[in-house]
Amino acid sequence: MNASDRAVPVWLLHLAVIAALWGAQFVLPDYHHGILARVMVLACFAMGYNILFGYAGLLSLGHAMFFAAGLYGAGLPIYHFGWHVVPSFAFGIGCGALLALTVGMLALRTAGVAFMIVTLMFAQVGNLMTLWMADWTRGDEGLTLSRPERIIESATVFIDLTNRDTRYVAAWLLLSAVLLITLVIARSPFGRVLVAIRENEERTRMLGFNTYANKLSAMVISGAISAAAGAAYVLLFGYMGATFASIQYSILPLLWVLLGGAATTLGPLLGALLMFYLAELSNDALNAWFPGANLSQIGIVGVALVLLVLFFPKGILGSVRERWLGWLP
Amino acid sequence: MAAVTPLLSTRNLCRSFGGLKAVDNVDLDVMRGEIRAIIGPNGAGKTTLVSLICGRIAPSAGSIVFEGRDITSTPAHKRVGLGIAYTFQITSIYPNLSVFDNVALPVQRISHAHVSSRGLKARAMHALERVGLAGEADKTAGALAYGHQRLLEVAMGLSLRPRLLILDEPTQGLSDGEIENFVRLVREIGERATVLLIEHNMDVVMQLAEQITVLNFGKVLAQGTPDAIRADARVQDAYLGTGGDD
Repeated sequence: MNASDRAVPVWLLHLAVIAALWGAQFVLPDYHHGILARVMVLACFAMGYNILFGYAGLLSLGHAMFFAAGLYGAGLPIYHFGWHVVPSFAFGIGCGALLALTVGMLALRTAGVAFMIVTLMFAQVGNLMTLWMADWTRGDEGLTLSRPERIIESATVFIDLTNRDTRYVAAWLLLSAVLLITLVIARSPFGRVLVAIRENEERTRMLGFNTYANKLSAMVISGAISAAAGAAYVLLFGYMGATFASIQYSILPLLWVLLGGAATTLGPLLGALLMFYLAELSNDALNAWFPGANLSQIGIVGVALVLLVLFFPKGILGSVRERWLGWLP
Repeated sequence: MAAVTPLLSTRNLCRSFGGLKAVDNVDLDVMRGEIRAIIGPNGAGKTTLVSLICGRIAPSAGSIVFEGRDITSTPAHKRVGLGIAYTFQITSIYPNLSVFDNVALPVQRISHAHVSSRGLKARAMHALERVGLAGEADKTAGALAYGHQRLLEVAMGLSLRPRLLILDEPTQGLSDGEIENFVRLVREIGERATVLLIEHNMDVVMQLAEQITVLNFGKVLAQGTPDAIRADARVQDAYLGTGGDD
């Protein structure tokens, strides 16, 4: 942030993005309509990751555990105990926040590569637990929620989350909320302290900030937002499986954030959107060009990551900010 | 003098690194409002001593009392809240952040949570004006000239409105003209705060210091007014007489 702070264009830009996503539901064909709803939920996961990685500079390799905590934290009570949608959603977020607090208190005793490894190990434990407790989770095969389990119903409201349009609006609401939360954090004194910790932790400590407490707060917020995305995912798309707790889902948010631009508010959304389409299109292309070879799109994703780090280390919006729009948050 | 309690006092303060006693039984009393210089040859333990005082490193033994309160085990970030600010020997700013953000951080540290962003901005700009960097507020701090980066470092320390400001070799690498401005600035700071100054440039020390403490091999070798120190034979032996570089 600068002395000449440009609050008006910043807020207008974010509200315009939110408005555009609202409008998109009326013009998009069916197929893309569905993809965008899914991308908006995954973008929330990326935005949660960005709080910790982009702003506080802590590279976690275990965020799948927070996404999965929200996914199972919301899904299992519905499936096994017949909970309703709203308390389950809140419970899922609570699970993610509590897990982030616990893991953070231990993992934040380390830094750098050690932090990456400790978070990775915790996430592996989480992944193994989803497999080990197969009686509850059905492991890799996973569980699906039926339509009646995904309906919010009371005397005055009837919201069916299996309905295509309702699902889009719910995903849009979550995305809007998380985007505005990220923006408020990024522009707040707390956000400035996180960036300061990323840039020079010792200096920040000697300016009188409790860097541990600030990093732990970032971790809990990041874990809670990631869990909200996980909880929304199971409620909107009705499926929970151990894949969502696997290493792949720890790497993906990192990739989305790197592509869109770390420590930019809109980067995670842009990155998730582009990477989703890249994977989709490359899947089709691989099948068309090498029929029967059964090649994985993961390879394309890997190549994208390498190119990104080599040529656009700051991501798309990071480069845009550096070259043209210095005021971009 | 004896009836007045010192702002800062250390007793039997020790810190060893392996077998090396970097700070060895140091008793130091700094009075309120004083400008105290700490001098000594390289490796005498000056930076270690002030690092113990500001809490960057923990002592092996001994105690530190600040404004009548034992702070020996108080974490560094809380000592800042009590009024101890430290500026680094090797310039430690946020090179990738704007000059404004560099001072906005310490300003927000001592401001109440509900201070408006406008109030924050005014205070940060005021801190930059004091060191003459207001015109550079929107620049990236890393793009400033070296001398200006040193000034920014001091502005960050000043923004904490410290009761005790520790300056660790602030004039290192500055030109003569910049040093002159710097001496003026430290004098100004000294009117309101107590200053603990580590400095190799003896001209600066003699111009500024009211009291001088000389360290050698981690121990206090001598202490007194600039004139007394200049006349001290042991100091000349250890430091002043031998050092041709100042």
